[in-house]
Amino acid sequence: MTKSGRSVAAAIAVAVTGLALPWIVPSITTQAAFLWLMILFSLTWDINGGQMGYNSFGNVFFFGVGVYACALVQRDSGLSYYAGLGAGIGAGALAAALSALVLGPAMLAIRGHYFAIATLGLSIVAANVASAWEYIGAASGIAAPLFPGAIGDRAKFFYYLLFALAVLTFLLVRRLYRSRLGLAINAIRDDEDKAEAMGLHTTRYKVFAWSIAALLLGAAGGPVGNLVGFIDPNDLAFAGATFGVWMVLMAVLGGKGTLWGPVIGAVVFHVTQELFWTWLLGWQRVAMGLLIVVIVVFFPTGILGWVARRRTTAA
Amino acid sequence: MQRSVKTLAAACAVVALAAGAGVRTAAAEDTITLGAAVSLTGKYSVNGKNTQDGYNLAAKVINEHGGVKVGGKAYQLKIVYYDDESTSARGAQLVERLISQDHVDFVLGPYGSALTKAIVPITEKYGVPMVEGNGADRGLFTKGYKYLFATLNTSDYYLRAAVSILADEAKREGRDPKSLKIAIAIENDNFSQDVRDGVEEDAKKYGMQVVIDDKLPADLNDMTATLTKVKALKPDALFISGHEKGAVLGIREVAAQRVYVPMLALTHCDSAQITEKFGKDANYAFCGSQWDSRMTYSDRWFGNPQKYAELFNATFHYEPPYQAAESTATVEVFADAIARAGSLDRAKVRDAIAATDMMTFYGPIKFDATGKNIAKSMVMYQVQDQKYVVVAPAKWATGKPIFPAPQWDKR
Amino acid sequence: MSNLTVLAGAPVLLVQLVVSGILVGAIFALVAYGMALVWGVMNIINIAQGEFVMLGGYVVFFLDRAGIAPVFGIPVAALVLYVVGIALYHTIIRRIVGRDMFTSILATFGISILLQQLANQLFSADIRTVRSGLPSLFFADGMITIPEVDLVGFAAAVVVGALLVAFLRTTRMGQAIRATAQNARAARVLGIDTDRVYATTFAINCAICGAAGGLVAMTWFIQPYLGLTYTLRSFMIVIVAGLGNLAGVIVAGAGLGVVEDLAGFVLGSEYQTAFVFMLLVVILVGRNLWLARERRSLR
Repeated sequence: MTKSGRSVAAAIAVAVTGLALPWIVPSITTQAAFLWLMILFSLTWDINGGQMGYNSFGNVFFFGVGVYACALVQRDSGLSYYAGLGAGIGAGALAAALSALVLGPAMLAIRGHYFAIATLGLSIVAANVASAWEYIGAASGIAAPLFPGAIGDRAKFFYYLLFALAVLTFLLVRRLYRSRLGLAINAIRDDEDKAEAMGLHTTRYKVFAWSIAALLLGAAGGPVGNLVGFIDPNDLAFAGATFGVWMVLMAVLGGKGTLWGPVIGAVVFHVTQELFWTWLLGWQRVAMGLLIVVIVVFFPTGILGWVARRRTTAA
Repeated sequence: MQRSVKTLAAACAVVALAAGAGVRTAAAEDTITLGAAVSLTGKYSVNGKNTQDGYNLAAKVINEHGGVKVGGKAYQLKIVYYDDESTSARGAQLVERLISQDHVDFVLGPYGSALTKAIVPITEKYGVPMVEGNGADRGLFTKGYKYLFATLNTSDYYLRAAVSILADEAKREGRDPKSLKIAIAIENDNFSQDVRDGVEEDAKKYGMQVVIDDKLPADLNDMTATLTKVKALKPDALFISGHEKGAVLGIREVAAQRVYVPMLALTHCDSAQITEKFGKDANYAFCGSQWDSRMTYSDRWFGNPQKYAELFNATFHYEPPYQAAESTATVEVFADAIARAGSLDRAKVRDAIAATDMMTFYGPIKFDATGKNIAKSMVMYQVQDQKYVVVAPAKWATGKPIFPAPQWDKR
Repeated sequence: MSNLTVLAGAPVLLVQLVVSGILVGAIFALVAYGMALVWGVMNIINIAQGEFVMLGGYVVFFLDRAGIAPVFGIPVAALVLYVVGIALYHTIIRRIVGRDMFTSILATFGISILLQQLANQLFSADIRTVRSGLPSLFFADGMITIPEVDLVGFAAAVVVGALLVAFLRTTRMGQAIRATAQNARAARVLGIDTDRVYATTFAINCAICGAAGGLVAMTWFIQPYLGLTYTLRSFMIVIVAGLGNLAGVIVAGAGLGVVEDLAGFVLGSEYQTAFVFMLLVVILVGRNLWLARERRSLR
């Protein structure tokens, strides 16, 4: 089979699995929904991380913006459930993208690890402000409206929504990497000053790339907020210490800078986490810390990088 | 090679998810399985453990007494736990897993209002009765949930009694309660916001002025800014609510900076162990509590609160804080209700729980239409001579409040 | 803003806030020394910095419970953490020296989670404190309070800073460390065992954090999750002060403490943390703009 044939086969396998999962094993629907979220997280992170060289520790900021935007639309717009949800998701995506456009020029002007810390600071500020702002519920958060459907349907509905978003993200990202934008951001990663010297409008491309990540993250916010049912500013919306860092880890684990790397990383990470939770009650976080160290120290190029190296040495 | 890696990963994912899914086996016969997501790690892990210990002691003692009799057969209680890591998202996922994968019969509440809020939509959807003892937020009971019952008083009641004591003492001194100024400092979370709302409501009723209304951030290590304001504005009472951290910081910094307030009222004093940690500095503090082991309640499984405390201490090697007691009470509610319902049918048990009217070592339990326990009242302590003296409600009081607290140089 | 009027009406409060801020900031400065050292010499941003502080605090706490006063407990904590530092270096850190900064951030983040959760499992999340037994000093009719333990913390920060500077300037190991920081390869060529240098540097950092942890236990409290606060603030201080500027670290630390206290007072404590991190973001953006101007002028 040709290379593109292999890719198509893999894609079909994933699509079929994804669509059928809630019917084969319905009891894990919520966990599987989170799997698609994780894939979305790592793919969007890799846009500015692995592909562009801007390692952000604050992408969860856009996710949180999306979560709250959707919740506010659902709470205050007076629309019926599905209309409100749709409007909310749109609002979330838009709000997140706009904030990336606004903050991008200043933030993305910062290089290297300073950028990482600045974005981390941003997400911490957001978490703290959200916990104090009465209008959005402060630390009490916001409860999502009740899902108008039969038992068990809520999980399925949001599963498919997140699945669709993850697939959309993948296709979008794949298109992106094959386009001029993809070349541009890779050039920025490889040597930004040279790229700029050659006439590339680096700021424009950087901001645009970040906005795309933000758009997708913001769109995912609404479904997750509704799936969980209750929005906590620190633990769900702006969960820097969990989601924020996991985004980075999953992409690194799978192999950053590749297309499938983040996907594989997300799958392995999420499944491992779920297994830890079930088998290592109480010690799962310790195991997680250990896993992170092992990944970073021994598999810095991620799974795909490791596989690639094995292949070249074996050949 | 590329494809096999990808499809292998996909296959592994499905297999692993499925394997993880089917791990917990269904309950054995003659067992009633209760499921609970508790915080064993994360910021609520201390109280999460209190909760778990409370549940475990209840199951143990009830089982020793013959378990729960349903239709002539004796059932043993079994509890299945997951760690929600003190995060709402996790808690919700885990309860869904408990219900749909592990097939528990009923659900016991998590620790804290945030987690309870996240979980209750799920138990409602599945029609599984949940009795909880640690989610005190008022908002839980305003949404018309039918399967939610709480043994504890809602959080706004924690410090209301202190406001009443303040007003009464002021009147006794000949001062008009309207002239009183109060200061509030709370940690920025669900529970503490409710405590604050309760204080503010009662203060308004008396016409008192709230001169400081601070919210402290979650990672706070220092209250200097607030205490400096207190020194400037000299309120008559300072109310602090921030779980154990708030209690520890409050006592320590108020003492270290010699901030004088006639009344200092806190929550979570006993679980923060302020008398053990700070000795004399903890004196004169008022503490809101759901329960005290010296109350004269009676209980068919534990006898009385004293015996409960002794047994708990012997089993777990620490004094039971009220979080443990109210958790034990939830299991008692189930045991009592299931026996009355004579069946394990969830709807029947739910109705039986709604009709509960029992006395336990934790206090009387009777639920109103929204699921709140309206029979029990909150306890207010004051630390006097490094011991907790019950000063309210008057019916169970073991001493009189000392107000105003003496100046620092006279202690 | 009503809080501002309170401040205006009682300027003595400003003094209290400033003094408290300086004393609090000193402990952060202590942690920042170590951060600057590891960063400057090994090019590693240690995200687990706060966890070493936390562990030091636990050592002092357990020793205190066993009857050993903090004045002895703190040096012991420093020693214990020194050993921990050596162990961590040889198992993990050694493999990430020389790799890119991002790797070091992620790896130390993993260590931070590991230590934090281990502490939670082993010590429980209970809040622990240590009684310092020290009184407080009062000025201006009780309006200004200075707990003596805060002064001890400040003194410790200054002393440790001075010792560190002396160590780096006068001892052989200190010189070896500075040489390695300037140019590791050249240092190796000249016969310096850079591996030992790195191990020592990292261990010294852990020891400093350990001592700071003891002070934290005496001044506030210890719990498994307090690490991130210290990590982030020490990072901020290092950024503002600049690497290799130990005196600047203490000034920046004091400054940060004061800013935090004032912000907490004026804006309300719930915005204190948000303000501090907004400040961090602004500093980074500002610093970058300044550097960009430099970059442009170089073209």
